[in-house]
Amino acid sequence: MSYRITIKAGGSEKDYWKDLWRNRQLLWILAKRDISVRYKQTLLGIAWSVIRPLMTMLVMAVVFSFIARLPGDPGIPYPLMILGGLTIWTFFSNAFGQVSNSVLINSNLVSKVYFPRLFMPLSAVSVSFIDFLISLVLFICLSFYYNYPPSINIIFLPFFIVLTFITSMGFGLFFAVINVRFRDIAQLVPFIIQVGMYICPIAYSSRLVEGKWFYKFYIMNPVVGIVDGFKWCLLGDNAYFDPNSLYSTLIISILALLLSVMYFRKKENTFVDNI
Amino acid sequence: MHVISAENISKKYIIDHQRSRKSSSLKDAFSNTFEQLFSREKKDSDFKEKEEFWALKDVSFTIDQGDRIGIVGHNGAGKSTLLKILSRITDPTTGQVTIDGRVASLLEVGTGFHPELTGRENIFLNGAILGMDKSEIKRSFDAIVDFAGVEKFLDTPVKRYSSGMYVRLGFAIAAHLEPEIMIIDEVLAVGDAEFQKKCLGKMRDVSESGRTLLFVSHNLTAIQALCNKSFFFEKGQLIDQGETTHIVTTYLSRVSQKRLERSWEDVNSAPGNDQVRVKSFRILPEYVDNLIHIDVRTPMQVQFEFWNMVDQARLNLSLHLYSYTGECIFNVGTSSQPFDKGLITGALEIPGHFLNDGSYVISIMVVKDTSSVIYNMEEALTFDVEDYRENVSWYGKWPGYIRPQLNFSLRQTENVVND
Repeated sequence: MSYRITIKAGGSEKDYWKDLWRNRQLLWILAKRDISVRYKQTLLGIAWSVIRPLMTMLVMAVVFSFIARLPGDPGIPYPLMILGGLTIWTFFSNAFGQVSNSVLINSNLVSKVYFPRLFMPLSAVSVSFIDFLISLVLFICLSFYYNYPPSINIIFLPFFIVLTFITSMGFGLFFAVINVRFRDIAQLVPFIIQVGMYICPIAYSSRLVEGKWFYKFYIMNPVVGIVDGFKWCLLGDNAYFDPNSLYSTLIISILALLLSVMYFRKKENTFVDNI
Repeated sequence: MHVISAENISKKYIIDHQRSRKSSSLKDAFSNTFEQLFSREKKDSDFKEKEEFWALKDVSFTIDQGDRIGIVGHNGAGKSTLLKILSRITDPTTGQVTIDGRVASLLEVGTGFHPELTGRENIFLNGAILGMDKSEIKRSFDAIVDFAGVEKFLDTPVKRYSSGMYVRLGFAIAAHLEPEIMIIDEVLAVGDAEFQKKCLGKMRDVSESGRTLLFVSHNLTAIQALCNKSFFFEKGQLIDQGETTHIVTTYLSRVSQKRLERSWEDVNSAPGNDQVRVKSFRILPEYVDNLIHIDVRTPMQVQFEFWNMVDQARLNLSLHLYSYTGECIFNVGTSSQPFDKGLITGALEIPGHFLNDGSYVISIMVVKDTSSVIYNMEEALTFDVEDYRENVSWYGKWPGYIRPQLNFSLRQTENVVND
């Protein structure tokens, strides 16, 4: 195998993706590092990755079903509706938040060694994906407990997971690049996530918004389609899902991913000058 | 066959005098844009405060397979920038480099070590970051552990390692890489003498196995021992290349011209006050071996001249010699004597085989009546003492502030006769 490379201004490799593939083991190792580091020096260790989402779910279920009772979808156990939205939202917001921080927290690597820079956001996404899988299993257990097992729609679940991946990467990558130069992003992202939780159908059903004058703006938010679609997969046709909301998800997210990957590639070889 | 060929590579940085780059924020970027939109004068003044800085300028070279290249130059000459470009950490601003072969670059020992992970986990992590695949790491795992001497601590998080163990493990991993081209930046600055020796031995193995080596170091002895060719960088330019011995001589002669002499012709503008004014300071080395740089063998004379402006002043001089890091190596004083107005000259002999290699700073005080300092010239002179060794096959930094030749002998006092 020949390893001829050419280094010049502004140009990343022409076999960029081949290089990425050649180094895939490193991605796996970086992701493993991020996962195994998290529960070091804890008493309960890996059990935390189950306990944490379980606790969050319980708190949310209690708060929303007994205190802030917003009208839900008919026929669906109320806690399940909340938890469904929460599960996918947590995946999205963790992935988005960690991707946008990924270059910065690896600055010691960026400034000392070459490796395909795209591995930093990718490993950040994989870590949130593991968390998501655990929450998903918990959710399915709970749905049996509520005697409301997932419907056949669950076969579409991978589609919505891929969409979540595309959306969080698409937006996260932009912020990851800007974050290198302007640390304001680190302040802004938690705020965006907080606001996002209210403008997406997490604690309520999109049914509440349907027919309002701002509905067409509401469904332009790419995450709305994802959250509703995800709930529809797990909770069946009783869950509110407007397929029209997927247009914006598909268009905006895919466009965002393409543009931000281009932007990332353009800037990745000069990260070290600004970090 | 050329394994590396660089054509006119340059690297430009923008230095922002206006505010530090650290605090750059979106707000600044926005307000700058607004200022520039609305006020023309502001734009001009902003423009002046941004300065271009060429860390590398039009550097071209080729490196053949199996070459061992030493890179020398002062701090800020562009050595590290070059290594960063060759290891693909940053792009050149213009120009291009073609590299044939797998490159492993070691710009820091233990890059990417995670403090919470154990030694074992970090070997795999660091190995992967440096470009080894899992089977390669597995194959050399035992050799790495053995080289670093950390068997007992393999399952301890590296945050509990001593700094020596940390460095040893980091180097051991890098040393077992099998790249065609290896780039090493000043790693020998750390670690104890024994380990430095081990590292140099390993690097020699690397170079003898026909692989290409690029090595930046301030340790000229190590460069001379390891490298067949050298590059000399100054102010971002490759000003000389060739045989190592030749380059090292050129480099040293340039270094030593630093501030060996300072003088002022006009009494009124010379530094000082109404009691004394400085005319000159100089260091006069008695170079050995026809060299034109100071090394540990070179005796030298420090001379100073100053104008005394007050009649019948009882004066003496006090001289401090500091290491570059600020420790005082010694302080000597002359006897106190009465002087009339006029020029006074003093001289201090520093013998050869006395100072260790390193950078030194001289400060001079003029003292009146052995008690009050009437003038103190800090950092009056700076000079470097280079290393020199004979019949020693060890290249680590010689320890100690001074390196005197004392009467130290060894002889056989009894023979054991074997029958």
